Amino acid sequence: MGCGLEADGKSSIGTTIDDDAVITLKAGEPRSTERFVRLHVGWMLAVATRIVRDPHHAEDAVQNAFANIFDKIDEFGGRSALKTWMHRIVVNESLMLLRKIKRTDTVSIDDLQPEFDANGCRFEDHWAAPNTPEALLLQSDMRAQVMGQIDLLPDTYRIILVLRDIEELTTREVAEALEISEANVKVRLHRARAALKRLLEPLVKGQGL
Amino acid sequence: MSKAGQEPIRRRRRLHGMMFRLPLMITCEAFEDFILAYLEGDLNARQTFVFELHLKLCRECRDYLDAYRKALELAKACGSDEAAVLQKVPEDLVAAVLAARDC
Repeated sequence: MGCGLEADGKSSIGTTIDDDAVITLKAGEPRSTERFVRLHVGWMLAVATRIVRDPHHAEDAVQNAFANIFDKIDEFGGRSALKTWMHRIVVNESLMLLRKIKRTDTVSIDDLQPEFDANGCRFEDHWAAPNTPEALLLQSDMRAQVMGQIDLLPDTYRIILVLRDIEELTTREVAEALEISEANVKVRLHRARAALKRLLEPLVKGQGL
Repeated sequence: MSKAGQEPIRRRRRLHGMMFRLPLMITCEAFEDFILAYLEGDLNARQTFVFELHLKLCRECRDYLDAYRKALELAKACGSDEAAVLQKVPEDLVAAVLAARDC
């Protein structure tokens, strides 16, 4: 039968895609396993790359994640979708690798925070006619430019922005993955977003980077 | 900007400084601390009222929040871009994963 992966979430014999994938992995049949790996390797590599940034480290993270998935498939209880479970594993493997990478090519987060006068009033330039995100997204190299700016953030802030706003983990999930408090996640997330706002200002204002 | 051009801005800032001390008013600095909770829907009704009142009265914070939202929207759209997922399966990686599985 193979993986039996159908678009409607049901296979030909009525079991779910996740059930079939789990059966496949447990059986360890080589061709079905290969189909499973090919089906998931692309998005897993994209997730790992967003977290660790370096393509070689990302491949290592994906390889470790698959090893973990194969080892722990018996523990998958179906409480979440299989892809959600796999996403958590590749995120955790990427975070483990990220902890070993030392970076120096980042900006100072403090220099990118909003400024206030002695009365607590904000200094903010008026944006006459900013570009809309929709219009900006039509530019061919926009994704690379935006991701390049996100990459400038120090990892302790960047990773929270990536996990919360791009990978769409909840505050609690981010706190658990990084072993920090939810309050700490929120503080760092806001500082990361504020810094990113400053970094992306030239783009949104149509001035280019 | 010339000294004469800066004067209206200074005057507005002084006015804001006084106005933001009135009941139900907060400074831009206090407003900043509530942005995340506001966007996540975590403020109670009174806090939301105070936050939105400041927003109505302060052009700087309106501009700031607008830019903050736009930057966030851009980051989300670019980061989760499905086109970023590799169209071509990395054969070396697939082979490495399967080889490790066979060990």
